Parts: sequence; C-alpha cells; structure tokens
Amino acid sequence: MILPALFFYLFAGICVASAVMVIVSRNPVHSVLYLILAFVNASGLFILMGAEFLGMMLIVVYVGAVAVLFLFVIMMLDVDFVELREGFMQYLPIGLVIGGIFVFELLLVVGGWAINPSVTKNITAAIPTNISNTEALGLVLYTKYIHYFQLAGMVLLVAMIGAIVLTLRHKVNVKRQDINVQNARTPELAMSVRKVAAGQGLQDADAAEWVK
Amino acid sequence: MTIGLGHYLSVGAILFTLGILGIFLNRKNIIVILMSIELILLSVNINLVAFSTFLGDIVGQVFALLVLTVAAAEAAIGLAVLVVYFRNRGSIAVEDVNLMKG
Repeated sequence: MILPALFFYLFAGICVASAVMVIVSRNPVHSVLYLILAFVNASGLFILMGAEFLGMMLIVVYVGAVAVLFLFVIMMLDVDFVELREGFMQYLPIGLVIGGIFVFELLLVVGGWAINPSVTKNITAAIPTNISNTEALGLVLYTKYIHYFQLAGMVLLVAMIGAIVLTLRHKVNVKRQDINVQNARTPELAMSVRKVAAGQGLQDADAAEWVK
Repeated sequence: MTIGLGHYLSVGAILFTLGILGIFLNRKNIIVILMSIELILLSVNINLVAFSTFLGDIVGQVFALLVLTVAAAEAAIGLAVLVVYFRNRGSIAVEDVNLMKG
C-alpha cells in the first residue's frame, strides 16, 4: 500500500521540480530537456492512475515529437538568449503574486469540493476490468467518439499542411532537379558526333559549344 | 496513506500555475512561452485522466487524447510561425511583434 504513494510522490515531485526548471532555466536547451523530464514523470503518473496507453502516448508524442521539434527550432535559430532573459527579475514579483493567487484558488477548489453522487450513476463508458486499458480505449474511441477521432486527425492534417506552407521557401539561385527536363532529354540533345582533323584535336570553341 | 483524486488534482493545479508563471517570467522568450503552454496542457491532461480514473469513466482518457493532439498541432504551428518570424526579423523578441499595427 505504501508503494503507490511512494511512487506518486516521486513522480509528482520530479514533475513539479522539472516544471520549475523549465521556466527558470537560463538556457532554452536545458528548458527543453527539463520539459522532457516533466513529461516522462507525468507519464509515470498516468501509468500509476491506470491510463497506460496515454502514458505511453505522452512519451511518444511529447518526448518523441514535440520536444525534438523544440530542440530543432532552438538549435536552428541563432538567437542571443541572454538578451531575451532581460526583465526576468522585473516580472518576478508580479508573476509570483499572480501565481500565488492562482495556486491558492485552485487548491481551495481542490480541497473544498465533493463529487455529486448522481455523477457516478451517469457514467458514459465505464472502465472495463477484464480487458487492457488500450483495448478499452479503442473500443470507445473508434465507436462512440469516432467523429472526435477523425476531427483530431483533421486538426493534425491542417497543422501539418500549415507548418509546411509557412516554412517552405524556394531560393531563386539554387540549381534544382527538374524531372521533366531530365525525361525530355534525348540522345540528339545529349551528344554530337564531330569529325576531328588528324593532328589538330578538337578546337576550344567547338569543345565549349559541345559542353553547352 | 492512499493517494486520492485530490493529490492528482493538486499536481495538476501546481503544474498549471507553473505554466502561467512561466508565461509571466519569460515574456520576451517565445520559445519558453510555448513550453509553458505545453505544461498547461499537460496539467489539463492530468486532471482529465485523474477524473477518468476516479469516476471509472474512460471518456476522460479519450478527451485527454484529443487534448494531446491539439497540443502537438499547436506546438508545430507555433514553432513554424516562430521560424518564419525569425527569418523576416532576425529576432524572436515578443515585444517586436507589432507588424500588424495599423
């Protein structure tokens, strides 16, 4: 009985600590690495709660995709991050005040509420005990919530197309492969037969023309 | 001691607050602001999964999955906009973002 509590405090503690490091870290690369740590520990919390599939998804999506995307962008942009940290101390008091109010209100809500008993009677899709979490999720997601699932796919598609459209650019002075030109190339275009006079060789002008 | 719903909700609340705080503290660095938004969405996910588990209703996990999707899409678009902005201006300082000012 003590073990789940132990693991909860381990995961929650590391998660919150690394979240703190995300926002106070000087180097954005460190921020991203702490973000990865926070997500890994959050996925531990998910597994502790019995949502194994979501825990694994969290690692795949966030650590595998989003965090790497952040790292790519940070390393791609040549930005003076020290300059961007100006005003950190200036905003610290107001940030702490607002954050304090926020966490106070949220914990007040968490501490002072009770679940309406009628809620537990209106369960939409009860968690089955005889099958795995992944299977149970799939049974609901692909039947009752298929439209939401497809909508999520559309959101990802739009995001993908949007990101590509935004970042794609064509440089004008770069030689590119043109498949049509390559396919239209015939032996007549590609080579020519020359009569070379004995002892004279090919003249430079001819050679230049042939190369062209 | 047993770990109940309140514990998980508290973790979610603290993470949410840290996300808000991150937006306040790093007002110039839009990359860290995007990471703070990811933290906020993570806390939302923790809340959804916690309620799902403790009420015995799997729908919360379905919606957590959808929030995950939106978070990934948001990060991709945000970073793409950031890259384009950096190409045009050579800086990612948030206070310079007033190009649409009339």
